[in-house]
Amino acid sequence: MIKFTNVFKAFPKGGLALKDVSFHIAKGEFVFLTGHSGAGKSTVLKLIYAEEPVTSGEVRVSGFNAAELRPRDVPMLRRRLGIVFQDFRLLEDRTADENVAFALEVTGARRSSIPARVMRVLTQVGLAAKAQAYPRELSGGEQQRVAIARALVNEPTVLLADEPTGNLDERATRGVFQLLRDINASGTAVVMATHDLDLVRQAPYRVIELQEGALVYDSAVDEPREAASP
Amino acid sequence: MNLTVRESLIAFRRAPLLSALSVTTIAFSLFVVGLFGLVAVNLQHALQDVAERVEIVAYLLPGTPIESITLAEKDIEAFPEVQSAAYVSEDSALARAHAELVEFRDVLQELERNPLPASIEVKLKPRFRDVDHVNEVADRLRGFGFVDDVRFGRDWVEKLDRLRGIAAAVGLVVGAAFAVVAIIIIGTTIRMAVLQRSREIAIMRLVGATNGFIRRPFLLQGAIKGMLGGLVAIGLSYGAYTLINRWLIQAAFFSKEQAVAIVGFGTLIGLFGSAASVGRHLRRV
Repeated sequence: MIKFTNVFKAFPKGGLALKDVSFHIAKGEFVFLTGHSGAGKSTVLKLIYAEEPVTSGEVRVSGFNAAELRPRDVPMLRRRLGIVFQDFRLLEDRTADENVAFALEVTGARRSSIPARVMRVLTQVGLAAKAQAYPRELSGGEQQRVAIARALVNEPTVLLADEPTGNLDERATRGVFQLLRDINASGTAVVMATHDLDLVRQAPYRVIELQEGALVYDSAVDEPREAASP
Repeated sequence: MNLTVRESLIAFRRAPLLSALSVTTIAFSLFVVGLFGLVAVNLQHALQDVAERVEIVAYLLPGTPIESITLAEKDIEAFPEVQSAAYVSEDSALARAHAELVEFRDVLQELERNPLPASIEVKLKPRFRDVDHVNEVADRLRGFGFVDDVRFGRDWVEKLDRLRGIAAAVGLVVGAAFAVVAIIIIGTTIRMAVLQRSREIAIMRLVGATNGFIRRPFLLQGAIKGMLGGLVAIGLSYGAYTLINRWLIQAAFFSKEQAVAIVGFGTLIGLFGSAASVGRHLRRV
């Protein structure tokens, strides 16, 4: 469903962000994308959701070929993805349910269907009781749950999460991670970029590790490792 | 309410000062255009009044029989350019001179013989009151055997023509310059609105909103601002017109069509300004 073949990505000012990266992520998989900051995790995600063009190589996502993507295809691709960030990216002047509804409104969902769909995902992330709260009235973990609800409301086949627990304390991290696992258990593929190795060790999921733009380890292909890399 | 409409109206509530600024700048730009337009409208009116008096006078040879004159009068009135042709006899010419040239009344009284020739005064239809047509009609009048001489204010007609041309050109140039200024101003205010909402736009793009969808509320917002600006400009112009009318000179105001055109022009300016600035922003993000 997501397939990288010999992907190179050059920085605009020179140098390579990604060097010859190839991997394949199947439907319903849970994949950790690990590596130090600057290793290329975010770049991989940006190539998946077509925020950046590929320099060379092939990126295929959910039937779209990044090289052949026309500007008007990009929104259609993104409607099949859910995207979550470290900094939540919620609209401060809208309540939790309005933030979630926003994703439906701006993609042209039928208006009458919106309230029910919003409540369903808010219930799924455990925030139905705080639907009317503004982001500033919510904790970090709760805000991330709203962001996840917004990513889910369009029923994506893949959820991309870029350091989703990077701003959260330990307890909130556990909660959000459990939520992502539940989402994956119900059939949605999850690609989670993180440098939290404790989290990676907790779960038996596939790990793709990047180092300075190169793929150095893929647990689906390589031998399992004794100890975690630094 | 439709989402596009709601989103574009929210901008007015969210940034009332910025919105008021855009509306005011457009209003003042259009007001200046409007003032110039008023001058043009009134100049045109004045010219029309003056042009109404443009006439060609054909002086007749003495002793021309009245029957030929009456026939010629009919012929001349049948010219497509001609509005009216009026015969002025020697006697009525003298009477008129008597009435108009007060200083010469004594001289005229002492005349033994009437020195003034009879004439046919020809008035042209409004749309033929320019140099070419006046010349043409004058030539045709010379063709009558009993016409001694044809006079018309040639220089005057030419000057009138030139004045009209200058008025139109200045109107176009000033109007275009102010339109450009207004487009830049509304472009800037819409750009501020776009930047103010860049976070929102980023999220819209992230969840898969199309560019058209993102653009629409801004375009509508620009058009509404332009329209409001146009309406305010009409109001200001009306105020100015009322003052001028009361204290200075009798003036004319825009016709309904002209007023609608000004508001429509404001709307277009708003639309273009916002289209340019939103387009640029969306390409960059």
